[in-house]
Amino acid sequence: MSARIGVVLFPGSNCEHDAVEAIEALGGKADVVWHGDRTLEGVDAVILPGGFAHGDALRPGAIARFSPVMAAVEEFTRAGGPVVGICNGFQILTEAGLLPGALQKNRGLKFLCTTVAIRVETTNGPLTSEATVGQVLRIPINHFEGNYTCDDATLARLHDEDRVVFRYTDNPNGSVDDIAGICNEARNVVGLMPHPERACDPLLGSTDGAVLLRSLLAAAAVRASSPL
Amino acid sequence: MATFDVLVEISLRPGIADPQGATVERALPALGFDAVHGVRVGKAIRFTMEAADEAAARTTIDQLCTRFLANPVIEDTRVQVAERATSS
Repeated sequence: MSARIGVVLFPGSNCEHDAVEAIEALGGKADVVWHGDRTLEGVDAVILPGGFAHGDALRPGAIARFSPVMAAVEEFTRAGGPVVGICNGFQILTEAGLLPGALQKNRGLKFLCTTVAIRVETTNGPLTSEATVGQVLRIPINHFEGNYTCDDATLARLHDEDRVVFRYTDNPNGSVDDIAGICNEARNVVGLMPHPERACDPLLGSTDGAVLLRSLLAAAAVRASSPL
Repeated sequence: MATFDVLVEISLRPGIADPQGATVERALPALGFDAVHGVRVGKAIRFTMEAADEAAARTTIDQLCTRFLANPVIEDTRVQVAERATSS
């Protein structure tokens, strides 16, 4: 059976089709999953895409974390399933407590829409297994609340456990320790502010995101071939 | 049951950078407000609720704040509760 990736659509998501298209262009299979569903319908990996779920009312991700599908996502993460939150998806994962810390307003209060360089800091995880440590990728960012923050104890744990997955080479938003992406303790849940799905076609100016989505497809394939 | 008017003030925790507050503060000298400092920008949420008494109302509000209205990683809350005078 070939692996299938579920891309969750919340009201206000706007990158779900970009994610599906990028994965299909890489030869994978992806389906959009509605946030009101209580099941993930047997997918082998999950993407929480970018956008403005529920209009970012109250705080980005604050309402989306209570969507019915999130109980299924949480169960999937507990079972070791690979989950990636991109931009708004990263914000939802922190609000849901599936990743530590929080994303607050950018230092400088500017909405940032530009391509940045990020460095891969670990390849131990579902989004970077095919990349190399130190590899610098050019990936677009598109956010107002991307300024990663956490307390000192959390930051020390992220360091000690090699859980900073990406760092900006030139910090655009004030994130603590230049953090652009992190993973959970079990390493199967990854959140990042940059949009790899928007850097998978030469027409878009960069194909550096492809190595990340290929890694996710590999993780999904491993899961598809192993019984629960 | 009694009716309570509730005000929840949400502010960034001490030590969390507040870019909005800093921007407002930087604008003040140009406007002649040299003596103003320590600006922090937050949110205020008002609502009305029913509860048996003020203690019960506060218990519910605390849960509401922790689970939803504030993100405890970066935000603190201050709650004011006022029982509405009954007209009956």
